[in-house]
Amino acid sequence: MKVSGREFTTISGVSIQPVYGPEDLRGFDFARDSGNPGEFPYTRGIHADMYRGKLWTMRQFSGFATPEETNRRYRYLLEQGQTGLSVAFDLPTLMGYDADHPMSAGEVGKCGASISSLEDMEILFRDIPLGEVTVSMTINSPAAVLWAMYLAVAEQQGVSWARVSGTLQNDILKEYIAQKEYIFPPRPSMRLVTDTIEFGVRETPRFNPISISGYHIREAGSTAVQELAFTLRDGMEYADWALARGLEIDAFAPRLSFFFNAHNDFFEEIAKYRAARKIWAYAMRDRYGARSERSWKLRFHAQTAGCSLTWQQPYNNVVRTAVQGLAAVLGGAQSLHTNSLDEAYALPSEQAVTLALRTQQVLAHESGVAATADPLGGSYFVEKLTLETEAAANRYIRQIDEMGGMIAAIEAGFPQKEIAAASYRYQREVETGARTIVGVNGFRSDDQPIELLRIDESAGRRQEAKLAALRQRRDNQQVRRTLDALSRAAEGSENTMPRILDAVRAYATLGEIMDALRAVFGTYQETAHL
Amino acid sequence: MTQPIRVLVAKPGLDGHDRGAKVIARALRDAGMEVIYTGLRQTPEMIVNAALQEDVQVIGLSILSGAHNAIVPRLMELLREKEMGDVKVVLGGIIPDQDAESLKRSGVAAVFQPGASLESVVEFIRSVV
Repeated sequence: MKVSGREFTTISGVSIQPVYGPEDLRGFDFARDSGNPGEFPYTRGIHADMYRGKLWTMRQFSGFATPEETNRRYRYLLEQGQTGLSVAFDLPTLMGYDADHPMSAGEVGKCGASISSLEDMEILFRDIPLGEVTVSMTINSPAAVLWAMYLAVAEQQGVSWARVSGTLQNDILKEYIAQKEYIFPPRPSMRLVTDTIEFGVRETPRFNPISISGYHIREAGSTAVQELAFTLRDGMEYADWALARGLEIDAFAPRLSFFFNAHNDFFEEIAKYRAARKIWAYAMRDRYGARSERSWKLRFHAQTAGCSLTWQQPYNNVVRTAVQGLAAVLGGAQSLHTNSLDEAYALPSEQAVTLALRTQQVLAHESGVAATADPLGGSYFVEKLTLETEAAANRYIRQIDEMGGMIAAIEAGFPQKEIAAASYRYQREVETGARTIVGVNGFRSDDQPIELLRIDESAGRRQEAKLAALRQRRDNQQVRRTLDALSRAAEGSENTMPRILDAVRAYATLGEIMDALRAVFGTYQETAHL
Repeated sequence: MTQPIRVLVAKPGLDGHDRGAKVIARALRDAGMEVIYTGLRQTPEMIVNAALQEDVQVIGLSILSGAHNAIVPRLMELLREKEMGDVKVVLGGIIPDQDAESLKRSGVAAVFQPGASLESVVEFIRSVV
């Protein structure tokens, strides 16, 4: 990408040469730096046969309005050949408020599905067999509660917890760093995350209790290197807390999963995924002493970059998404979400999400890229860029280590300030025309209107009515007892998950459960860093 | 020497996506304005109180969650109640055309949709204050 008259850099500002050759890889050691696919340090991928053994999971992030409407969308996507589900929750749910809370006004069902109780979760997965479909849930501060609701629905369907498979995002550190959907202060939040990891080790061996996410860090404006470094350092922070809880590294590390962005700069993104696997493999083996190969392997979901989508000339977004999705596949992603062309405007229409899914299906079944593991391995350019990305990320990781870890770094505002500076730099480059965005600051034309999904205020009213009926119908004494027991557990040091499950089964609402925890843990206000 | 323009940049509602608000705040500051940033999750009441206390000429709202039709009319009503009708309100974010039109009719001075340049925001504010 050209950013000035003569210098070429990646989107993150790494200098790019006109051509690369053997001299750029002097000192490159195949066994140390690369290895074969399926072999340490997994730079080339975590499976020897890669997508021949199993294609990536096509998992479109989806949810809107009421659980009834979202359930219909899920069943449609599964009929269209999607192979996993990914739940988008609305902002009240993400912030731990019931649909009838004053702070929820105008927000119910707008950015995802509204879930206030186990009843809503039962509707969300009606006629969807949780023993067969893997489900990813994008939920963070209230993750333990939504996970408990999910496990309770699995129980009702007669599916044993040993069989349920899926992923909980549950990555609170990146909320303080980037997305800002935090509720409690960092330390009690980390205690809840550690509770879920510990519970998962004991009860749900096939479920990923956390998806350590760079996606939102990148969307907040970070560079690729910052996304990589902050995400992996977050992963180490979770490992440190789980170890402090007394868990064995090889008991939980295989269940840590990751989530990265797939942005515009094709080769830089591929280098980022390759470097991620390598850094993580060495960290798990050498920093943490993990002995199981499964602990060394970094598995990740990728989503194309929402922030790269343009409002102008929205059909161009189909092309951007295809290129970004291809980078994720060439980088060895285990699952992929491709954005819909209308997502700079609204949640996707059914037509738009179908086209996004078809984009993945074309990559998988027509392009031939799934036939060979790490087809770009050995490219002078890609190997060099992988080494440079790794070195730059390791510098950040050391810096955060020296600050005393990620929580200390967050409290000092360090990652927040680095990201804000990078995002302002990027916007200035767009502003001055140093960076071209097709249809926005170059190649402009009149926009063609597109059909959009609109979510009206009736979703909020329907959710409020359902909640009112639930509060009448349930055993309110049982609700009170389970909430009191949860409060006591939160005040002490026992694992909160069994108590949360009891409250959920009694149909305590999300807001009631989160209020019980807010009363014990307090809430967090950040100092805004401009 | 004229006094610098004072702007309150605010993030109402539950949405935590503050990239745009922060970029705009910096751009306005670089353009010589005095910028106060409220931080996240502000109610219309909190924003109007902050605007009154800080004696700003402009309130800049950033909303990406789709909650603008609930939040912005309430804020405009509060400004009228407090006789702060001379404070200009500009709105940025994911605001569909039809909503932008109705919000302008309710008194919003300008709506900046995705892709709007920083310069266009700066120029607009200078032109109305």
